[in-house]
Amino acid sequence: MMSRCLGNAFIAVVVAFLAAPLVVVAGVSVNEKRQLAFPPEGLSLRWYGELLAAGDWLNALYNSLLVATTSGVLALSMALPLAYFIWRYRVRYARALFTLGIAPFMLPPVITALGLLSFWVTIGMYGKLPATIVSHAIFFVTLPLVTISLGLESIDSEVIEAAQSMGADSRSVFTTIVLPMVRPYMISGYAFAFVLSLNEYIIAYMVAGFTVETLPIKIFNSLRYGYTPVMASVAVLFVFIAIAVFGLIARFGNLPKLLGAWAPRDA
Amino acid sequence: MPGLKLEGVGKSFGTFAAVAGVDLDLPPGKLVCLLGPSGCGKTTLLRLVAGLEEPSTGRVRFDGQDLTRIPAHKRGFGMVFQSLALFPHLSVGENVGYALRIRGTGRAERRRRVEELLELVRLPGVANRHISQLSGGQRQRVAIARALALDPRLFLLDEPLSALDAKLREAMQVELRMLQQRLGITTIVVTHDQREAMTMADVVVVMERGHTRQIGPPLEIYRNPASTFVADFIGITNLLPGRATGSDEVTVANVPIRVGAGKELSRGVEVTLSVRPEEVHVLAADAGGDNRLPGEVTFIRDLGASVEISVDCGGLTVLAITTPKERPGARVGERAMVELPPAACIALSS
Amino acid sequence: MTRPVPRGLGQHLVVIYPALMLGVFFIVPFAIMLAVSFFHRVQGGFYEPGFELDNYARFFSAFFARVLGFSVLVAGLAALVSVIVCFPFTYLVTRLGRRWQVVLLVYILAVLSLSEVIIGFSWSTLLSRTAGISNLLVWLGLMDAPAAWSPGLTALLLGLCYLGFPYTVLILYPPLSRLDPQLPEAARMLGASPLRTFFTVVVPAMRSTILGALIMVFVFTLGAYLLPQVLGRPQHWTLSVLITDQAIFQSNLPFAAAMAIFLMLVSLALVGLTMMLGSREALR
Repeated sequence: MMSRCLGNAFIAVVVAFLAAPLVVVAGVSVNEKRQLAFPPEGLSLRWYGELLAAGDWLNALYNSLLVATTSGVLALSMALPLAYFIWRYRVRYARALFTLGIAPFMLPPVITALGLLSFWVTIGMYGKLPATIVSHAIFFVTLPLVTISLGLESIDSEVIEAAQSMGADSRSVFTTIVLPMVRPYMISGYAFAFVLSLNEYIIAYMVAGFTVETLPIKIFNSLRYGYTPVMASVAVLFVFIAIAVFGLIARFGNLPKLLGAWAPRDA
Repeated sequence: MPGLKLEGVGKSFGTFAAVAGVDLDLPPGKLVCLLGPSGCGKTTLLRLVAGLEEPSTGRVRFDGQDLTRIPAHKRGFGMVFQSLALFPHLSVGENVGYALRIRGTGRAERRRRVEELLELVRLPGVANRHISQLSGGQRQRVAIARALALDPRLFLLDEPLSALDAKLREAMQVELRMLQQRLGITTIVVTHDQREAMTMADVVVVMERGHTRQIGPPLEIYRNPASTFVADFIGITNLLPGRATGSDEVTVANVPIRVGAGKELSRGVEVTLSVRPEEVHVLAADAGGDNRLPGEVTFIRDLGASVEISVDCGGLTVLAITTPKERPGARVGERAMVELPPAACIALSS
Repeated sequence: MTRPVPRGLGQHLVVIYPALMLGVFFIVPFAIMLAVSFFHRVQGGFYEPGFELDNYARFFSAFFARVLGFSVLVAGLAALVSVIVCFPFTYLVTRLGRRWQVVLLVYILAVLSLSEVIIGFSWSTLLSRTAGISNLLVWLGLMDAPAAWSPGLTALLLGLCYLGFPYTVLILYPPLSRLDPQLPEAARMLGASPLRTFFTVVVPAMRSTILGALIMVFVFTLGAYLLPQVLGRPQHWTLSVLITDQAIFQSNLPFAAAMAIFLMLVSLALVGLTMMLGSREALR
């Protein structure tokens, strides 16, 4: 049908628009010359080689991975009990608790960043690695909180009651029913926090930008003070990490459902 | 050539054939029920008629016109959806008048027609209410009124009453049938409820796994099912496996049973006898005669208006339905004799 | 299931740790920031405790009013464009088969994870005179000479829209995928073309969703910090840039805090408005 074709064309246009920057970084990363010109000339992988050879880039990569892994765990450790408590019990301040959990991400990041900056300065932790980790955990706690809440909502209350009728106390209900059922949502929430932390700039910059150099900070510095195509190869690497992480989730889980769809149509 | 005509209409999703080459002729002014278990392709067939799905094979014709490539919004059919699909952002009147608005009908004319339609479904004076203020049965009526707004050439209903409770559903079946007869509109209803089909339909199309299995007036299908599937799906029946031992004789549980008029059986072929329970008589254990199977009463279901008796005849369970007045004396655990009248026995190929 | 009211320390235990963490690392920092916004700035150092409204007073100057106005305007425009483009896009995606839906979702998530730094760099390259799209257009014969489109307001808007797109799609995806597919089909059966169905049924039925998305994307783009610097000229710097600039380079934490508090009040007011509209819609 014609309308179907027009719709697909529209999707293709938006997809192409979103692809434009990816094409640029991919192009720059394999361009032989240091400066990019049109049309591009020469093909080489030297910038990928330099990434692996240069100590400062590797150090930034290490910092980023460390921050993303640990802050993700920390965020998850806060999100799970919070989501469970709000879902399990009837409390008047549930809404306030949930709002507290999603506020860090919903506000413009510069505000959260500045608040954390004042905090770390006050307690003398400004510029230290734990400051970056905790800051990211607070900022990204929203993501696992939202996905886990979504997962808890999808649990049929009769399943819980069935378990209770068979003698399970709330501890066993949690470990044998709730936890296995929300595990996919925990994984996807962690993946979100992990991937977004890898690419986060402003908070990492504000709380420890001059001492704990993560990759986005390193890239921006290289843009400002001495451009090198290595940054493009880093960007390509990160895009692949993101695609791999989300692709794996889609492969082994139900991605539309994890993102909040109720009834993904099978066709 | 008036009416709807399907010529080899099929629809596949990937390798799965939801509808497999259906041929169908629907006479104008009649109500047709597409009947079958879930997943038999009846809803897909209705959507193919509506134009909401494009057929993989075949053509859809209406009054001789080929509609196969005509999109849904240009077919001029009315449809009631399973979820009703009432527009949540519009009032009752705006829902009913939506098609008129799309067509560009003036405001005053629209209001008049909406009121007329609401009266038709016996729901006058609710035009300004919000959808959420209506009961289930009222929403049902609004959905019907909305679908009839443009005097559709063909009226399609996809399990329209499935959301209602049993009592309301039965009442709506009668009302819907009367409305259809009053308007004389060609109508197709999809349902999995054979009782609903028997109540409303002029013609029933029994479907199974994408194929039409039998087409005909409901009572004719009930009395002369073409296959064990149809016999089992339309109403309740006893299906007794046996072997043909004569041109009109089948041996069931070592007892020869004479079967009613029909096609001749070839000796030695395995067949299944279909006997409606209301035709089966339960007699005393010592009653002699032909077409009778000895057995033991295993269960009696006394429903007040009727009595259902299960008799185990050498491993086969035969169900008999009778009235309390004609209830036999046999009790559970006692021996009894069941009589299968020849006229009620239909031999179907297994 | 009737949910019980939590009793005693035991049942409250689970919530203590996350509440404590969020309290210490989110509420306390805010309190400090709020306090600092009233403190007195010390030249060459950080600040000293005190109470003065100078920082706020300074904010109400013509210059900062203009910056605030510009920030709101540019973020609002980007949010508007994002929702106008992404609403039909997401709707079409949810009507696709499961396979394509998953592929596109992974793609959108990959784009979402792109760092602002990379987005800024890529668009400034794409819009540059030396290696940008204009060269392609010249090569195709559509333009006479390559042009520099960045930095500038259009470039900034384009970048902000790009930043907002994947976020908008993910906000709109759950409600749109839950929309009863029979709703648009009913409109089709009543004679509406696909386009009219979209505008007379899908869009109005999703009014509150659209409004919510607009506000959330607005707040999101309001926080963009790098794009105004990379794709805009100094006069295009938004409040986020100024806040960071004051905090890091001017070492004027009190003033930065005052601006941040103000920006937060604007954001909070808008988020509150969304929630109010959302709950009103849910009551109907």
